Formats: sequence, C-alpha cells, structure tokens
Amino acid sequence: MSLQVIVSVGSMNNIISFNKVSGILVCEAGCILENLISFLDNQGFIMPLDLGAKGSCQIGGNVSTNAGGLRLVRYGSLHGNVLGVEAVLANGDVLDMLGTLRKDNTGYDLKHLFIGSEGSLGIVTKVSILTPPKLSSVNIAFLACKDYSSCQKLLMEAKRKLGEILSAFEFLDNQAMNLVLHHLDGVRNPLPASMHSFYVLIETTGSDESYDREKLEAFLLSSMEGGLISDGVLAQDINQASSFWRIREGVPEALMKAGAVYKYDLSLPVEKMYNLVDDMRVRLGNLAKVVGFGHLGDGNLHLNISAPQYDDTILEQIEPYVYEWTFKHRGSISAEHGLGLMKANKIHYSKSPETVQIMASIKKLLDPNGILNPYKVLPH
Amino acid sequence: MKIMVAVKRVVDYAVRIRVKPDKSGVETQNVKMSMNPFCEIALEEALKIKEAGLAKEVVAVTMGPANCVDTLRTGLAMGADRGIHVEAARELVPLTVAKVLKRLVEVENPGLLILGKQAIDDDCNQTGQMIAGLLGWPQGTFASKVVLDKEKQVATVDREVDGGLETICLDLPAVITTDLRLNQPRYATLPNIMKAKSKPIKKYTSEELNVEIKSDLEIVQVTEPPKRKAGVILSSVDELIDKLKNEAHVI
Repeated sequence: MSLQVIVSVGSMNNIISFNKVSGILVCEAGCILENLISFLDNQGFIMPLDLGAKGSCQIGGNVSTNAGGLRLVRYGSLHGNVLGVEAVLANGDVLDMLGTLRKDNTGYDLKHLFIGSEGSLGIVTKVSILTPPKLSSVNIAFLACKDYSSCQKLLMEAKRKLGEILSAFEFLDNQAMNLVLHHLDGVRNPLPASMHSFYVLIETTGSDESYDREKLEAFLLSSMEGGLISDGVLAQDINQASSFWRIREGVPEALMKAGAVYKYDLSLPVEKMYNLVDDMRVRLGNLAKVVGFGHLGDGNLHLNISAPQYDDTILEQIEPYVYEWTFKHRGSISAEHGLGLMKANKIHYSKSPETVQIMASIKKLLDPNGILNPYKVLPH
Repeated sequence: MKIMVAVKRVVDYAVRIRVKPDKSGVETQNVKMSMNPFCEIALEEALKIKEAGLAKEVVAVTMGPANCVDTLRTGLAMGADRGIHVEAARELVPLTVAKVLKRLVEVENPGLLILGKQAIDDDCNQTGQMIAGLLGWPQGTFASKVVLDKEKQVATVDREVDGGLETICLDLPAVITTDLRLNQPRYATLPNIMKAKSKPIKKYTSEELNVEIKSDLEIVQVTEPPKRKAGVILSSVDELIDKLKNEAHVI
C-alpha cells in the first residue's frame, strides 16, 4: 500500500443553523452526536438517531456510514432524515447539495450516494437533517419471553397495538444477558426471579404521559395474558429506564471484556433470524459461545461469537457459512455496520454482479484515481 | 402491624431542571415526574419489613392535586396494599404535610411511619422530624439500616451522620426517614402492576381531615446558581501573586 493520509473533520464542529418551526438542523460534519442531542434538547427537539457511541461519533461519520441505531424503528433511516449534504470530491470540488427542503424532485438525488458510501465517493463536510420534536412521555419495559417465536409475535402485536408511540424494540438472548451481568459493573438483572431464554426491551415515546402509560400497560398485560411475555418490569423513573438501556447497550462492551469476538451484523427475515443463532451453536459446540441480540424491530441481528482467543478453527466454522446462510435468505451481510475493508469482497452475498458493476462505474466517475478510502466497500 | 409510607410526586431526578422565565419557580410543564427517590427507598423498606413477616399491611399516602395519584399507582405496583390520596390544589409545605399525616395516623394507627429523608424538589428535610414532634413519637432519621424486633416492639436504626454512623433504638410506634444507602428499590413487575389496578385508593379532602392548607412561606424568587466562570491558566508565579492580590483580593 502507498502513502496514506487520514483526514479528520473533528475541528469542523459548528452548528450553522436551526429552524425551530421546521426542526431542520444544519451543521458541520465534525459535530459530535451527543453535543447535537444536547443542543436540540434545549430547543425541544431530538436527533432522529441514537446509538451507544453518541459520546464520540461525529455526524459526518454517521451520515457517511448511514448509521442505524436504536430509534430507526420509529424515525426511519438517515436516507429519510438527511435533507442535504455538502461533500468534497476527490478532485477538490465542493459539491453543494445542502438543501433544507422536505420535497425537491429536481433531477437525480445525488446526496443519497454519499449517505452510506463510507467516504469512498467524497468527504461529507456539512449535513442538513430533519429533527423530530422532543416528546415528553417516554416509557420503557424490560420483558422476558420463553422462546423466539414469542418475541416475534410480541413485535407484531407491538407494532399494531402501540402503533405510533413505539420508539424502540430490541432483544437479547440469555447468553447476552449472562455476559452483561457477569462483565459489567453496576448492572442488575431487572428480572432476577429466574433466567429466561429471551429478553425484549420496548420503549414508547409520545406526548401524553397518562395516555401512553395506559396504552403500554394494556398492551403488556394482554400480552402477558396471551402467554407472549413470561415476566416483565416497567420503569418508574428515568434512572430505571437508563438501567434497562445500559443492559442492551452494554452487550458489545461485555463481549469485549469476555475475550475474542467474531461480530456479524445481519438483516434477515424476522421469522428466520434466530434459526441462524441456533445453527451456529450446533456448528460450534464447545468451541465458542454464540450470542444473539439486536434491533428486532428492524430485522437486524447482531450475531456475536465469543471465545477466549481468536482461533482459525473457529473462524472456519463461521465463514463462509454465515454469509451463505444470509445469501440463501436474501438477507444483508451488513445491516448497518457497512462493508469497509473486511467485507468488501463479500458484497456479492447481498448484491447482484450487475449492481456491483454500476457501483464500480460510479466510483470510477467520482474518484478516478481511487484516492478516497481505497480497498473499501467494493471488491478489490 | 401496619406501616404507613408517605410518597411525593416530584420532577424526575434525571431531568435537567430549567427555571421559569418569570423566576416564580422551576418549569414543570411537559417535564417527566416520578416518585421522589427517597420515598421509593422508604416504600421498599416497608415492603421488605412486610415480606419478613413483621408487618401485615403497607399503606402508601400522597398529597396534592389529582395527578399525584400516578405516584400512588407506582407505590401500589411496587407492592403497597392500599393507597390514600389527600386532595390539595396547591403546593404543600412540610408543616402542612406533617399535620395531615398526623390526622391520617390517628385514623390508621400504624406502628411505623416511614418517609424519605427529603424531597429532591425542595430539599427541606423537615416533614419526618415535624410529624414525629407533632405525634410525640421517637424518630430515626437518615436511616441506612433498620432492624425491627417484633417481640420487644423496637426498631434499631443506623443513622448516617457527619461523623459516621450512629445506632439508636426506638420504641414503636416511631418515625423513620430513609437515606440513600438503606436499600435498592425494586422494579414494578407486570404481575404487580396488574394486581395494583384492583387495590383501593381512598380519597380525603383537607376539610374532612380538619387541616387548613396554608403556608407561612412565600417564594419570592427562584434563580439559577451563578454560572461557573472558566478557569484561567497563568504563565508565572508572579502573575499568580498579582491576580491573588489585585483581582481576588485574598492576599
């Protein structure tokens, strides 16, 4: 590999403008997500995305990687929320696509090329994003389900009965829970009475506290009576709510502390999702611990395989089996984490050769000398 | 024995407080309200005592406008057996709360009255002490440990004081106020939330209890504390001495 230059836009961290009526925020790419969240909090708005890394990740990076996160099930993806982008091309041209309009059907919507292309087509320098109003009533429940099929049915019921107030639907399996309880400090099991097979975290966000409370309680009680939930707790204050999130958001950290981790981020049909986890447990036997968790509401599984050390015999059992399994179910081998270096050559598991060819043409057009993030995203 | 626990609805502990523009108080519109954390600890202690077989019933009490009932529901969902709501249209000061509690104690005859040491909105730390005074009951405030002896009808309380821990023994009936390290409150489980729906909440008005809702205090102004000024890095000792002498006027 030749000489490499790393460009950081961390010093470009100004908020350029915010419109209180429309909720449209325009800012530089180096703004840290958590700082934007704080700024908007004072205005009565929130960012449409939220993730565990909010304290350090920059919005330009979030946009370049089309970050997903915990609230996608409610606010949708960045492709929907980002109204405009300013990007610098490989030849130094500054491409001004920094619109602040909800609707603009004039020509090809180029900004979408820069959202999720991982910096391989241009460097994002400014972002204009639609931010939702901050709603005051947030409720969160931590639930136990006896099997994966109950988790699925619970998701269907939640979408129907909670409807517009549903703001997050996450799951973690027993193994993930055990790791968190074992490796993280200050974490307590909200359902200590017995170990359950699956845990689901449901969050609602709305404008009327008592209405939302009633709706959520009615849904939870009927789900419990219907056998979908075997146990559960409802947070009574913000601290309890944070403690539930700490568990779900703490799984990656716990896995890191447990030793070596093989991480896979897959989009799969919800009905089939956990079958992969079960299959991997059979394949790996005593070699490694298989952990499943993720954004069940978006059909996104984080499959993590934990072992005391990295070992090629373990890797052989995982790849290409996981990718082929995903391909067979027309899933995505990278739901939200992107391809980068590691999965660039695996793109064909999720995209057709013709599609990849057009991607290569676009790359050639915008970056003829291949200077932007080479060897990443597309096969090399 | 019956245990009575007083609980208060306050702005949630984790909320970033804002002062109203007219400086009359803190913004509570559209702000998350929850049970005062010390009241949660008080209720948890009462439930533990009941679960140990030392009490028969836990009664949660709250005072204020209609929305205070939310806090009672939380208490019932944690496991309290019944709730009492004393209606009052306006803010109550500790002395009024203590007077109302005295009436309720006369009606209910609890063996133990447990309260949080203070509410996080006014930080008064007065109600427990006042009610003990009005009732003539012994008090164990800032409790970090409570051990009940049913036979001898006494409560041994470890109190957190500036010098460390003080252990006192109280004859029942007594008033205990709870401090942070006493216990870790339980979550409200779905089965308990379900049971809570059929638990009774009795309403009283202040007239029925013969207590006048009045306050001898008037809030004149509420302002934010002055913003901390940024620190300055100095380049020499001489500069430091100059600033200490001529700016801070401390030498």
